[in-house]
Amino acid sequence: MKTLLIGESREGRLLNATYELFGASEKLKSEPILFLAGTEAGLPSYAGTLYLADAKKYGEYNPDLHKNMILQVVEKENPDYVVFLHSSYGRDLAPRIAASLRIGQVSEVVDIVDGTFELTCCNARMHRSVRVSTPRAVVTIQPGAFSPIRPGGTPLIQAMQTDALSSIEFAGYEPAGPEQIDLGKAGIIISAGRGIGTKENTALIWNLARILGGEVGASRPVVDAGWIEHSRQIGSTGQTVSPELYIACGISGAIQHLAGIKNSGYIVAINKDRDAPIGEIADALVVADVTQFLPALTERVTKP
Amino acid sequence: MKLLVCIKQIPDMESQFKPDESGSWFEESGLVYRMNEYDDYAVEQAVLLKEQLGGEPDLTVLSIGPDRVVEIIKKALAIGCDRGVHIHDPAVAHKDPWQIASLIANFAKEQHYDLIFTGMQSQDRGSAQVGVMAAEQLGYASATTLVGFTYHEGLITGLCELEGGLKGIVKLRTPALVTCQSGLNTPRYPALPNILKAKKKEIRTIPASDLSRAAALTATTRIFKPEKKGSGIILEGDTSTLADRVINLIRENTTLLR
Ligand SMILES: Cc1cc2nc3c(=O)[nH]c(=O)nc-3n(C[C@H](O)[C@H](O)[C@H](O)COP(=O)(O)OP(=O)(O)OC[C@H]3O[C@@H](n4cnc5c(N)ncnc54)[C@H](O)[C@@H]3O)c2cc1C
Ligand SMILES: Nc1ncnc2c1ncn2[C@@H]1O[C@H](COP(=O)(O)O)[C@@H](O)[C@H]1O
Repeated sequence: MKTLLIGESREGRLLNATYELFGASEKLKSEPILFLAGTEAGLPSYAGTLYLADAKKYGEYNPDLHKNMILQVVEKENPDYVVFLHSSYGRDLAPRIAASLRIGQVSEVVDIVDGTFELTCCNARMHRSVRVSTPRAVVTIQPGAFSPIRPGGTPLIQAMQTDALSSIEFAGYEPAGPEQIDLGKAGIIISAGRGIGTKENTALIWNLARILGGEVGASRPVVDAGWIEHSRQIGSTGQTVSPELYIACGISGAIQHLAGIKNSGYIVAINKDRDAPIGEIADALVVADVTQFLPALTERVTKP
Repeated sequence: MKLLVCIKQIPDMESQFKPDESGSWFEESGLVYRMNEYDDYAVEQAVLLKEQLGGEPDLTVLSIGPDRVVEIIKKALAIGCDRGVHIHDPAVAHKDPWQIASLIANFAKEQHYDLIFTGMQSQDRGSAQVGVMAAEQLGYASATTLVGFTYHEGLITGLCELEGGLKGIVKLRTPALVTCQSGLNTPRYPALPNILKAKKKEIRTIPASDLSRAAALTATTRIFKPEKKGSGIILEGDTSTLADRVINLIRENTTLLR
């Protein structure tokens, strides 16, 4: 078995998550080879063949050109699996490869058991086992689900070329917004999720944060709704935090939110649903209505 | 100009899911259904574009599924789509993304849409495949996970969301397909007069088997509740006792509140 792993780099640096692909390759009991759109300054620690697309020439993101070069490698190496991270890059590129090769794709895989893929669905409330009916498969793995492996060594570089035309132009990264609130160093964070119900109710969060001397964070739907400013969003597309205490109020525990909080010291979750996936990571899950529980907690902190 | 927006009906994610008789999908009876969250943004963006162009584009909304999906088609018509297409398929839950993409692509091929909007993923299956696969089958340019969208004379400028707050700027020309991420816009609620007007709009029904008989490339063999691995404690009871217990836990497990 052979696996073509699709690594990632961002602004010239190899993303560490690339090593999780080697973890998946091991679970597939297969021999890894690597494709990377990157630069010689950010090479992985790995001694096998590295098909390197020069990011200066072909960009870190260019679906048509990268697709063309990955298909060249597939043709040459004939891998059984092409494995991506289930990241913005992988989600974009993987279906293009699967469609071009007319082979099955399994997305956001969390485990692999004897060639059967385990995937989450319904916001992590259910899992599915999926088999691929084609001889080869495209796989995207959930970030964090596979233990990283650093093979070590220096790669044997095969420089990739393409003169394919591109239907999409990458015009660079958008500069970050004006003032960013850095929650990375906060010791206490109280976060609001959709379960807080209304913008007015976020006052309960601000109050508790003020009394505890903590910062306010939020899940994505809360910032999308304009209840709390964007720069306080926590998760894979927001900030990564590591407070000593994290209090999640009315947050279900989607993987993209958990990605931002897993380095927290102690996690308290308040949720009216006993089965909410946040229970998987919380040290204490309080089964209660946030709008009733938060005033009670705030009162106890003020008047012990 | 012709626009298409693809929407999926999904159950409320807070539902109690259990496997159905086949063991490969969840039991659908008794669930409350609504429009996939990401598709709300797709519909809104399509309607915004139609408005930007003075109402000129013809905007079709398409959904594949059993009879009940007509509800979300009607919602999209009330928001501002011109016509509905219901690709009737009671077994859609057992089709894989490739097959669903084939239905969309085969329908769209004859209609020559300039621009197609989809959600970035469906909340129940979450494969994030259907939009891009449909674009590839049609030979359309595509951009994914948009949190920004502008259109000017056939040129789309999109903001693709990457990780950690970073965004990439992309430019592509029609014909194209874009997948929409939450936060792209603020979806409106249908106004009552528009709900009434929408009742007169056409909804065409096409049996799925008329459009595609593509074979599945993947198959779900089992759906199940994941084993609980969390080692945390669960606290239940009356609010004031709960507050006391939480304060004690914070004292015992952190350096705070001492
Ligand atoms: C590519 C991508 C990137 C993403 N990035 C992020 C990210 O960076 N950060 C992020 O947060 N999300 C992100 N998301 C969204 C993520 O998938 C979830 O949709 C989101 O985290 C859900 O937010 P939530 O938990 O607040 O809302 P929901 O999932 O709607 O959960 C609300 C919870 O509140 C509970 N509840 C309701 N009412 C009450 C009450 N009165 N009292 C107590 N509990 C109550 C419910 O039981 C439920 O568990 C991303 C998604 C994608 C696809
Ligand atoms: N049954 C369906 N009917 C119409 N559109 C769909 C259907 N399934 C998926 N889509 C579209 O494809 C997107 C991605 O879905 P998925 O690949 O299942 O995550 C959705 O947001 C919809 O826009």
